[in-house]
Amino acid sequence: MKEQIESIRREIEETLAARTDMTSKDLYALKMEYLGKTGKISALSKGMRDVAPEERPAVGKLVGEVRQWAEERFAALEEEIGKRELSAKIASEKIDVTMPAKFRETGSVHPVTLVRRELIDIFSGMGFDVFEGPEIEKDYYNFQALNIPADHPARDMQDTFFITDEFLLRSQTSSGQIRVMENKKPPIKVLSPGRVYRSDSDATHSPMFHQMEGLVVDKGITLNDLKGMLDEFARRMFTSETKVRLRPSYFPFTEPSVEVDLSCSACGGKGCRICKGTGWIEVLGAGVVNRRVLENCAIDPDEYTGFAFGMGLERIAMIKYGIGDIRLLFEGDVRFLKQFKD
Amino acid sequence: MKVPFSWLKDYVDIDITAQELTDKLFSCGFEVEELIYVGAEIDRCVVGRIESLEKHPDADKLKICRLNCGEYGSDIQIVTGADNVRAGDVVPVALDGSSLHGGVKIRKGKLRGVESNGMLCSGEELGINDDWYEGADVYGILQLPKDTPLGTDIKKVVGLDDYIFDISVTANRPDCQSVYGIAREVAAILHKQLEPLDLTYEASTFSTCERVNVTVEAPDLCPRYIAHYVRDLKVEKSPQWMRRRLALCGLRSISNVVDITNFILLELGQPMHAFDLSKIERNAVCVRRAHENEKIITLDEKEFTLTPENLVICDGVKPVALAGVMGGLNSGITENTCELLFESAKFERANIRRTSRKLGQKSDSSSRFEKGVDAYTTGIAINRALHLITELHCGLIARDRFDIGETKTEPKVIVTTAQQINALLGIEVPEKEIRDILGRLNFNVKAVRGKLEVTVPAYREDVDGYPDLAEEVIREYGYDHIQGTFMESATVTNGGLNAEQRAEEEVKKLLTAQGCSEIITYSFISPKDYEFIRMADELEKAIKIKNPIGEDMSVMRTTLIPSMLNTLVRNVRRGNESARLYELASVYLAELPLIDQPEERKTLCVGVYGEGEDFYTAKGLFECLAAQAGIRFTYEVAEKPFLHPGKSANILLDGEVVGYLGEFAPDLAAELSLETSLYLGELDYAKVAQTLAGRKKYVALPKFAEVKRDLALVTAESTTCAEVEKVIRESCKYLTDAHLFDVYRGAQVGEGKKSMAFSVTFTPKEKAISPEDADGYVKRILKALHEKVGAELR
Repeated sequence: MKEQIESIRREIEETLAARTDMTSKDLYALKMEYLGKTGKISALSKGMRDVAPEERPAVGKLVGEVRQWAEERFAALEEEIGKRELSAKIASEKIDVTMPAKFRETGSVHPVTLVRRELIDIFSGMGFDVFEGPEIEKDYYNFQALNIPADHPARDMQDTFFITDEFLLRSQTSSGQIRVMENKKPPIKVLSPGRVYRSDSDATHSPMFHQMEGLVVDKGITLNDLKGMLDEFARRMFTSETKVRLRPSYFPFTEPSVEVDLSCSACGGKGCRICKGTGWIEVLGAGVVNRRVLENCAIDPDEYTGFAFGMGLERIAMIKYGIGDIRLLFEGDVRFLKQFKD
Repeated sequence: MKVPFSWLKDYVDIDITAQELTDKLFSCGFEVEELIYVGAEIDRCVVGRIESLEKHPDADKLKICRLNCGEYGSDIQIVTGADNVRAGDVVPVALDGSSLHGGVKIRKGKLRGVESNGMLCSGEELGINDDWYEGADVYGILQLPKDTPLGTDIKKVVGLDDYIFDISVTANRPDCQSVYGIAREVAAILHKQLEPLDLTYEASTFSTCERVNVTVEAPDLCPRYIAHYVRDLKVEKSPQWMRRRLALCGLRSISNVVDITNFILLELGQPMHAFDLSKIERNAVCVRRAHENEKIITLDEKEFTLTPENLVICDGVKPVALAGVMGGLNSGITENTCELLFESAKFERANIRRTSRKLGQKSDSSSRFEKGVDAYTTGIAINRALHLITELHCGLIARDRFDIGETKTEPKVIVTTAQQINALLGIEVPEKEIRDILGRLNFNVKAVRGKLEVTVPAYREDVDGYPDLAEEVIREYGYDHIQGTFMESATVTNGGLNAEQRAEEEVKKLLTAQGCSEIITYSFISPKDYEFIRMADELEKAIKIKNPIGEDMSVMRTTLIPSMLNTLVRNVRRGNESARLYELASVYLAELPLIDQPEERKTLCVGVYGEGEDFYTAKGLFECLAAQAGIRFTYEVAEKPFLHPGKSANILLDGEVVGYLGEFAPDLAAELSLETSLYLGELDYAKVAQTLAGRKKYVALPKFAEVKRDLALVTAESTTCAEVEKVIRESCKYLTDAHLFDVYRGAQVGEGKKSMAFSVTFTPKEKAISPEDADGYVKRILKALHEKVGAELR
């Protein structure tokens, strides 16, 4: 029995010495050959029956020793081979990390939508709702209710597309003012964005473009409030340094009416190509809501006052992003569009 | 509106520069669109005297002059070819380095070997004619008065040292459509006196009323009509000062009588007309509506057929003028006219505008009347015209006149307070300041028991309430006083988008995440667009624009497809390798003829092309939208005239067609020489908007495990995935998902057949689903498949 134990030990030593290129699988098989249920060392334990009872403690000890020795030996080797195999696996998996990535590029949002979102964000913080009126509009909403009767010279300010004598393509989102005031009593704070149409086409004019009208009607609203709100708008839409300048103008639906210039954000008001050397850029029209317009909507002008403003979204987008030709906005060239990530 | 600086100075003592005045006008609401320096072309051209003159030794026609040009040199040698110069003449001298009319540059040089240090100039070379400066039309060198100081800039001598303000006057200020109107504003801005107009004239003893009878039959269209008789007329050239004024404003001088009417139009903004009285039949003038089909030939020899909408001036027999627009060819002033009837009238602006638009006939007069003429100015204009007749000694003036209509209008009075004005402005303008400003603008302000009684000047028909006064005050006081407040008195409101508007933004974000770029295209398209996609019948239902820019933008689109198609094709042609595009916009649907408000239906259109794109990637865009909305689209084979017959589908929601998609028809693609396939689709966005905007609700997680089974089903080649899926879904109430994951064709399933592998999911409700239960469900599904679509388990 002793010799048998020694020979197993030797056999293991020799096999391991001879097979240095063993894989973990080979090693496992070898391990099972000795330590498995039917393995050679396990067989030794079973052979204890044949050992004389007096020798059993000593032999049993020897068998236990060789089992422990073999287990340790295999464990050490397992770890070694495992390490070797892992590093070989890692080495074999090396890739060229500089090869192109795989992903779906996100699309883009039209610059006019970006401007629209930004404006809605700014003004909804000031309490404005959003109302979208129809684009094919009645003469009444686009003109008459806005204090522009038929054959009024102010109609020449906007070259309008007509569908019938009654219906036209709205030339201004101001039509939304009337629709809002017909359905809602003050306090009113509303934005009316959307497509508008004028018969005009060149590098800075498009026959279809977008406007956003704003209307506030409440008690005690003044021209000074309009200025304060525009200051806030200008600072948030452009830079904290942007200044607002009002100058007299005329719109039939406001009195007084103002043209609103913003200090040029490209040059900080010093004068450059964008502002044509004036330091100011004309951005919107505004004014105190004309009493007749309130009366047309059954709102008492002695109780309520308000202001309205309207701006062109393309114009703001062109200023903000430095787009020189309005037609680019409607061509849908992906090289242009993809520059406007959300 | 062109206003010469020199003319303004006749009425106001202006002591600031033209540029300074431009800035002041701008801040008071009068934008000077262009400040034109009249002599901008002329530089380094001065007055010189020919001290001596001798013949050129080598050229018969040339003369060598020695000139004294004052500070520019007392002995400048210039060779000239002109015949009309003698020693002692004072002439314009273009010095070395000067520039002349038309961009001509003058440099010193040698003429036939003799040094010449400049050029003697003609009127033409200075860009002027007799209207600008007497004698400028003379052939040869312009002769100046002998006492003209030598070395003076020629621009100062011939009147080129002047500015013209091209002012944009807003539609509410027709009173400023004249030199005198602007002068009133300038006087107010500069706190200066306004020079009153000389309205006096010498009246003779004869009478207008005895010579002609004037009646107004349409006072609604002609609120005031003044007619004054002038006879013993001497029609001749106008004086130089008048011709120069007209020339500065771009008008050609015709004769003194015609020039007077034009002068009054420029000076006061009142269009005037002069009839040759000898051509007026039956000594009668009548202002009336035209008869139906009545005809008139205007001065420019165009014939018009009129309706009662048009106002005409008639004599006892026929129309002699299209009121406010143009005189008739039969009654105009000629050089032989010896008696005339001056007309100064106020015609209703809307009617003139309509007539001018309807007939397509425009004139300075009609443009002016359209903007509005006030009855007060109508009255002073006639006197001013008669004053000019007197001043020019060109006729005898009747002692009386016809003046019909608004002869004495009550001045408008607005009662307000400083508080009311300030409440609108939101600032405190001192009451004294308010009174001063209004006073400067010719408003008469009286303080009566704490209120201000403000009398509006007769020419300010635009002012009719205290907000107008507030505007007058603030534009003079200065908008820079408005410092900004933040709606302190306003009610606090909660703003922002409503659910549907937010959902729209979500859809855009979703599509962006799917790699789509948003496009915005015109709402109007071309009839040809419909023809191209073989949907000409659709065109008939579309709303047309009456006055489009061109045919290609004349139809309000009922589909977004043509615009998307054009955009895709443009991208392909520009060499862009791929694109995923979408547009969310309205289409316009209506019953024609248009009587009711049309429907503007929000529609989503997608279009893709490029590597990796196919029918299913396009379909994926609709599916991701459905997933977002929590709805399920189904698809059925469809036919669209512009899509590939084998690759087009209708999109259905709850059995209703809500859209379609497909590959662009190969034959149409070939017509466009496209080598890449385009995939397009369109969805009635409104149909999904509601669900998108709806409040999402939590559904409890299943208490029991889901059971999944895979079924490989052999069907005929023609059986669609959707047909199979529909049967599966309808066959078991525990089924919560069924989707295709593989398709196999080949020998194992046989010719004309295919195998579709579906993964089906059963979700338990009240109790767990055992394997035996699941087997039962599958059995039921297979039975249904066998019966309805002839599918068998593989």
